[in-house]
Amino acid sequence: MSGPNTSYDPVEVAALEPEAIEQAVTAALAAVAAAASLEELKSLRGAHQGDKSPLALANREIGALPPSAKAEAGKRVGQARGRVASAFTARQGELEVERDNRILVEEALDVTVPVTRRRSGARHPISLVTQRVEDIFVAMGWEIAEGPEVEAEWLNFDALNLGQDHPARQMQDTFFVEPEGSGLVLRTHTSPVQIRTMLREDPPIYVLCPGKVFRTDDLDATHTPVFHQFEGLVVDEGITMAHLKGSLDAFVSRLFGEGIVTRLRPSYFPFTEPSAEIDCQCWICGGTNPSCRTCGGTGWIEVGGCGMVNRRVLAAAGITDEKYTGFAFGLGIERSLMLRHGVGDMHDIVEGDVRFSAQFGMEI
Amino acid sequence: MYAPVEWLRDLVQVDPAATGAEIAAHLVRVGLEEEDLHGGDVVGPLVVGRVLERTPEEQKNGKTINWCQVDVGDANGTGEPQGIVCGAHNFEPGDLVAVILPGGVLGGDFTITARKTYGHLSAGMICSARELGLGDDHDGIIVLTDWFAGQEDALAQLTPGTDLIPLMGLDEETVEVNVTPDRGYCFSMRGIAREYALSTGVPFTDPGAADARPVAAANDGGHAVRLSDGAPIDGRDGCDRYVARIVRGVDVNAASPTWMQSRLTASGMRPISLAVDVTNYVMLLLGQPLHAFDLDRLNGAIEVRRARAGETLTTLDDVQRTLHPEDLLITDNGETVLAIAGVMGGESSEVTETTTNVLIEAAHFDPTTVARSARRHRLATEASKRFERGVDPAVTAVAAQLAVDLLVEHGGGTVDDGVTDVGTPAHPVPFAFDTTLPTRLVGLEYPRAEVVATLEAVGCTVTDSDPTGNEVTVLPATWRPDLVDGPDLVEEVARVRGYDEIPSAVPQHQGHGLTHGQLVRRAASTTLAQHGLTEVLSYPFIGEELFDRLGYTADDERRRTVRLANPLQDEAPLMRTSLLDTLLDTLRRNVSRGARDVALFEAGLVTRGDNPTAAPTPRLNGRPDDATLDAILDSVPAQPNHIAFAAAGEVVSAGVGVIPRAYDTYDVIGWSREVGRVLGAELTVTAATLAPWHPGRCARIALPDGTLVGYAGELHPKVVAALDLPARTVVGELDLDVLTAATGAPTQARLLSTYPAANTDIALVVDESVPAAEVEAAVRSGAGGDLESLALFDIYRGDQVGEGRKSLAYRLTFRSSEKTLKTSQVTALRDDAVAAAKKATGATLRG
Ligand SMILES: [Zn+2]
Repeated sequence: MSGPNTSYDPVEVAALEPEAIEQAVTAALAAVAAAASLEELKSLRGAHQGDKSPLALANREIGALPPSAKAEAGKRVGQARGRVASAFTARQGELEVERDNRILVEEALDVTVPVTRRRSGARHPISLVTQRVEDIFVAMGWEIAEGPEVEAEWLNFDALNLGQDHPARQMQDTFFVEPEGSGLVLRTHTSPVQIRTMLREDPPIYVLCPGKVFRTDDLDATHTPVFHQFEGLVVDEGITMAHLKGSLDAFVSRLFGEGIVTRLRPSYFPFTEPSAEIDCQCWICGGTNPSCRTCGGTGWIEVGGCGMVNRRVLAAAGITDEKYTGFAFGLGIERSLMLRHGVGDMHDIVEGDVRFSAQFGMEI
Repeated sequence: MYAPVEWLRDLVQVDPAATGAEIAAHLVRVGLEEEDLHGGDVVGPLVVGRVLERTPEEQKNGKTINWCQVDVGDANGTGEPQGIVCGAHNFEPGDLVAVILPGGVLGGDFTITARKTYGHLSAGMICSARELGLGDDHDGIIVLTDWFAGQEDALAQLTPGTDLIPLMGLDEETVEVNVTPDRGYCFSMRGIAREYALSTGVPFTDPGAADARPVAAANDGGHAVRLSDGAPIDGRDGCDRYVARIVRGVDVNAASPTWMQSRLTASGMRPISLAVDVTNYVMLLLGQPLHAFDLDRLNGAIEVRRARAGETLTTLDDVQRTLHPEDLLITDNGETVLAIAGVMGGESSEVTETTTNVLIEAAHFDPTTVARSARRHRLATEASKRFERGVDPAVTAVAAQLAVDLLVEHGGGTVDDGVTDVGTPAHPVPFAFDTTLPTRLVGLEYPRAEVVATLEAVGCTVTDSDPTGNEVTVLPATWRPDLVDGPDLVEEVARVRGYDEIPSAVPQHQGHGLTHGQLVRRAASTTLAQHGLTEVLSYPFIGEELFDRLGYTADDERRRTVRLANPLQDEAPLMRTSLLDTLLDTLRRNVSRGARDVALFEAGLVTRGDNPTAAPTPRLNGRPDDATLDAILDSVPAQPNHIAFAAAGEVVSAGVGVIPRAYDTYDVIGWSREVGRVLGAELTVTAATLAPWHPGRCARIALPDGTLVGYAGELHPKVVAALDLPARTVVGELDLDVLTAATGAPTQARLLSTYPAANTDIALVVDESVPAAEVEAAVRSGAGGDLESLALFDIYRGDQVGEGRKSLAYRLTFRSSEKTLKTSQVTALRDDAVAAAKKATGATLRG
């Protein structure tokens, strides 16, 4: 014959029988400890804490006891119920923590799954290099000047001491605007912006003139008929070639790396005198690699032209006071981009293929 | 300009150990640009060989080769004859030839090996001039006795096995330099040698100096020459000096000496005949172009004059040229045209094989005149190149003397006693020079003595006009027309000391940073990139028919632009008037390269309007007067800064956790508003109809005051078809200059209310034709100042609102800055908003 199922069946426990009380408590604690889930724990509550649970019945019996026995029985049953209740609470807490932990595990995502909810944009690297160059000069106290691309021939050539018969003014280089004698061209350099600045402002002038320029070259791996330049112009009292060299050195060290300097070679430009070609130290090999692809092993890379502004040019822009001298230089953005970022083919820069810009993102 | 090192050594004391590269570096230091290094690339053994046997053998392909036994002395290590196959036939047994043996290397890194060919083991090669890089001649191999004809020293050394590399000058290098336009004198060995001397400090003896050789004095007995320029350019006579010398009975067909030929070859010129070679040689040495006429084909005096209308000349390149009144001509007695002065001669007076009497012309022509003629006739010749940059007017007679001396020396004949030398060349003008200017302009100390010494080394005459002060008077050298003022001399002083010594000093200045417009343009581009668009650049050239394809009406303002006289492509001669003109092309290119989903933008200038009045181009002489300057500036068409965008395909593509969505009109309107928003401008949107947009899907984007900023929407289906774009391409373009002008004032912050917000929703039923923006504006005005925000969250069309009507559901959020709004107050504000909407748009509250 089997005994009662203490978990479910109401078992009368006499309030005055300590053994019976203890037995009910033991049974309850064992059942609570064995509960594997919050649901199971909840289902045990009726049997051990409910109205028909042994301890509740025992409690009910206390009222019928003689007064002399009431106090002791009450204390005994009360303690027993307290032990069972705290066992339930403790187990409830344990099981809740287990459940919460399980849910976090179950909710785990594979964060390596690639999910793209927004297309990524990018700036064109020509713009990014231009901005970087601008920022370098702005940090040196210069300002940025701009001007039109369809430009007056006088500003593009004559004012720069490039007379009617100068070879640079010939058909093979310049886009002319119809009709003949319109006096307009597509600017071949950003120098007209220098002239416009000097016409507008009195010295001291410290400006960088970045922008799009045009030459009638065919597009190939290293040439494009539409390209970008930045020219610098400083006109102030006591400006020397040493200031020119210093500004260029400061610039290349910020764009290409600390310690990189320039080298000047005598040259000729109608708008400057004296004039120089600008070579930049090879920042890849520093001249130590005879087969360097960037500098051809010479340690130097030709990057532009410069010089002291020709007095005729200053005069054209209304600066006649001889206390003012100035320097100017011009470098190519495309060339800087190609050299700094290893762009191998000009086509990639000009064709507008999104894959090209996408490589660079927003910062260069 | 090619500078053979061997020739340079003849003119200036070049360090015997100096390599071509070192010599080039010295020239670069003072301003010549190194182009290339040639020569020195043939590696021996290259030796004298004597042909012992020559056996012609006919091959199956019809070609005959010669199987030769050649005595190369001990050069092959055995002393036995060397068996060599040779394809040339211009030699006989007994001839001395140039043999390169296995192990030798010819130019272009071609290493000679013993190899089986035509059934023989050919151990080496008998060389032609071309194979040795000594000329173009490859009709036959070099027969050394001919090659060295007249050179007794060399002939005496021609025994089998002798090393030919030094004997033939193959160890000599040639430096090729670029000559800048101001250094015309460097188009001569005379000039290159002077520059080398300047750079290295070695002594230099000028081969063009008046006393370099005895020069016959001018007299009246020479060929008559008349200088009669009736139309000088800029007041300069087309010809200001003309020397004519005559040699009679000369053998013009005689071979020029080998040394001269090899110098010409090394200089990139082909030896032709004595007369031609001598004129070229003198030009290369002294920079003075010469012309040789057949004296017997001249009938009278030489007259130098401008061309007359309709005159023609068949030049030596066999092209008949119609002459221009600005062309300066050499004529026979003023009638027959003989040459375009300083550019090219004509066929009628050219020296031919039958010529025996030669007239040598050495003249000084005006650079501008020659430059214009050369350009006009597209004839850039060795002569025009030099005259354009300025030829030394003092070297004329010396050059003519050297030419006639060389002709007689190598071709016989006699020089006429009559010497013509007419004209008065302009002399350099002396000017005052402050010897402290180099220091002040360069920023490096140049002592006075150094300044004077440098200027004298350059060829200037320096007179100490002010022994106590700093001023000297400088008379520039006749070959330096570029030296006209102080800074020109500063460059001489600086380059001779070396630009490397110039110190580095950063000038200090305080600037204002970027302008508002510059910041606006950066912010606009950054915003679009952050919204997933990719920036591209496109060429701004378009064709007129693009405007038709875009659907522009005939009088559309956007058709007005400038046209290029010489466009890259004839079909694209116009400057774009919108960035979209060319951005759409870029979009198509990306699609054709496989990009399905593309969103692009471009920022840049567009041209608006043409130039009704021509811009003046006054000759440079200081600042033009205000009226002229204004005319120049005003003639430039308006070129506003725009930003444009175009998108096709999907914003995001289907993928894990992604709902795909195509780009649509609201994207481009959104980008437009976002560009405005980041700049602090609340842009308004109204419906518009404008090409190239879809008439029902085009938004006019404007400032709150109505000023147009741009348009955005979907392209018209016809435009999509005409431009071969993806269906439903959406585009927009904004004028950033308008946004720049409208923004920039510091945004003023509102105090943030901490009272609770109250939301209430309304649904307003209006006619389909009523734009949402009008309803919204009315609701806003009715709701008053406590309306914090308003959001349209649904549009319903259907039976419940009736045909032709729509229901717009808004969520209104109210918040007062002074109190907590009660429900009754919110309801009252809501009722006011509904009433305002009803008044403005006929809206009714949906029950
Ligand atoms: Zn390198």
